Amino acid sequence: MSTATPGISRDSVERRLLLVIRPAFIIFLLVISLFPFYYMVLLSFRQLDSVLQDPGALWPSLGEIDLDTYKNVLASTADGGQGFLNFIKNSMLVALGTVVISLLVAIPGAYAVSRLEFFGRRQISAVFLGVYFFPAILLAIPLFVLFTRLGQRGTLTGLLVVYVAQVAAVSIYMLRNYFDTIPASLEEAAAIDGCTRLQAMRHVSLPLALPAIASNALFVFMIAWNEFLFALLFLVERRENWTVSLGLSQLAGSIEVPTTVLMAGSVILTLPIIVLFFLSERWLAGGLTAGAEKG
Amino acid sequence: MLASKRGDGEPPPRPRHGESARAREDRRTGYLLISPTVIIVFTMVVLPILWTISLGFQQVRLLNLRQAGVIGDYSLENFSNVLGSSGFVDALLTTLVYSVAGTAFAIGLGLLAALALRRPFRGRGLVRASMLVPYVAPVVAATFVWSTMLNPQFGVLNYYGTRLLGWDEPVAFLSSAEPVSILGFDTHVSVALLSCVLFEAWRSFPFAFLFLTARIQAIPESLEEAATVDGATPTQRFRHIVLPQLLPTIAVLTVLRFIWTFNNFDDIYLLTGGGAGTQVVAVRVYDYLINRGDIGAAAAQALVLAAILAVLVTVYLKLFGRSEEAA
Repeated sequence: MSTATPGISRDSVERRLLLVIRPAFIIFLLVISLFPFYYMVLLSFRQLDSVLQDPGALWPSLGEIDLDTYKNVLASTADGGQGFLNFIKNSMLVALGTVVISLLVAIPGAYAVSRLEFFGRRQISAVFLGVYFFPAILLAIPLFVLFTRLGQRGTLTGLLVVYVAQVAAVSIYMLRNYFDTIPASLEEAAAIDGCTRLQAMRHVSLPLALPAIASNALFVFMIAWNEFLFALLFLVERRENWTVSLGLSQLAGSIEVPTTVLMAGSVILTLPIIVLFFLSERWLAGGLTAGAEKG
Repeated sequence: MLASKRGDGEPPPRPRHGESARAREDRRTGYLLISPTVIIVFTMVVLPILWTISLGFQQVRLLNLRQAGVIGDYSLENFSNVLGSSGFVDALLTTLVYSVAGTAFAIGLGLLAALALRRPFRGRGLVRASMLVPYVAPVVAATFVWSTMLNPQFGVLNYYGTRLLGWDEPVAFLSSAEPVSILGFDTHVSVALLSCVLFEAWRSFPFAFLFLTARIQAIPESLEEAATVDGATPTQRFRHIVLPQLLPTIAVLTVLRFIWTFNNFDDIYLLTGGGAGTQVVAVRVYDYLINRGDIGAAAAQALVLAAILAVLVTVYLKLFGRSEEAA
């Protein structure tokens, strides 16, 4: 409660202003966050000539909705399309491959860094974290040179290896924080029952860490699916190996492909990420915050 | 998602002396479990970085790549060329403007958003989740839809700008090298660079919002209630109670966002291709590497970029690291 002051106090002026500004600002935030994606979907359903005639339309006119853009963007180049179906396959292969391999590497690594006392443990974590802050472009130069020399430029395997190296360090950091929150006493109890370290890890700590592992997998998937620079450097000359991100960026530069068709491509690129994000928001948030509170 | 993680946590209890069998087993298991990661990171990250340093001191081009080895003719030529060229200095200044302004706007917007969404209301969870979409969306899709919206011919922004806001002519947001002037004061920042900065703010504010929301929720209500009883207005409460508690978080955010924006390649390459006064160092390095095939010069510039980043971050931590601990 504010102290009673005669006339209009600063407090009541501020409160009244905030009463108006706050909702207006929230609406502003919603509009800037969502409108570009709404516009993306909108344009993907319209035809280019009608967009050029009426660029200001904020919803499709009746009977205008048109799925040809999606057919065109997905169809293979042999069928006169843009070949996005193939790009999706490539992106999926690389992203899922990165998730699986980086988890296989990072889970034991994170466990070791969190639980086991060995020489250089701290230094290793520090070096790994440093990777995250390093300019990617600096790393791009030697890797570009290396893969050119090995003749691996243009292969999805080469890209996969680079992605794993980039995310493994971050995964270890994230997972380690979670392992740290699981009480060591649980494993000690298992040890008393005759479990070895590895058994204790597999049967006690791993199941408890599942929420963190799942969210880490999503995180890695998003990074790999969204990645652009290394895909550009490695794959640009091999159209059949393009990822969705690379394909969209390359075709956006050409004038032959209509913007509306590419908007359909953008929707295809964005949709899996948004779906995953909203799914994980719902069923992973609980596990994550629970872990954080324990720490 | 990194945001929800707490700091380092305490180290696991040291094995007591006398348990040496268990300790030895632990050590061996530790090395075994960590070695795959160490090998991958070492061969794909650490060695390449060292190799970049070596490349920066050699005259290596894409064409003579096969001949170049670890043992080559080392010289400082690349560095003297790079540091002496006005193009590089310009790119460095552009990078600084872009990252300082982008960081400031992103954190500012994120702070305002966190404050606006502080009190619960119906649908707040959904609003929060929606605001994170710009951050998680693929950068290629985000830049593509924005460059379509900002297009001078059929972009929706220019359409309404010229019709409703009374702009004389469409603005070439992403290709105009005209300097922006604010109240008659010439800023030397091109329209295109400003667009990139605003794009960066749009894309990264959710990150700041996420961090700050988590911190704000941890502020005890009682302090503010007491201040309200004492007659503090909302802005006074923000200034004297909320803001001081957020400063350490803002300091951390500043470092993180600055580093990432400083290193950023994707956004500017995809929005403008580095034209119209937006060439940051990362885009310039790419240009030297791919278009000119001058690997040595590319490596030298990337190394200078990394060195300057390291210096700036160290200075920042020296200046603010102490006061942060005190706060």
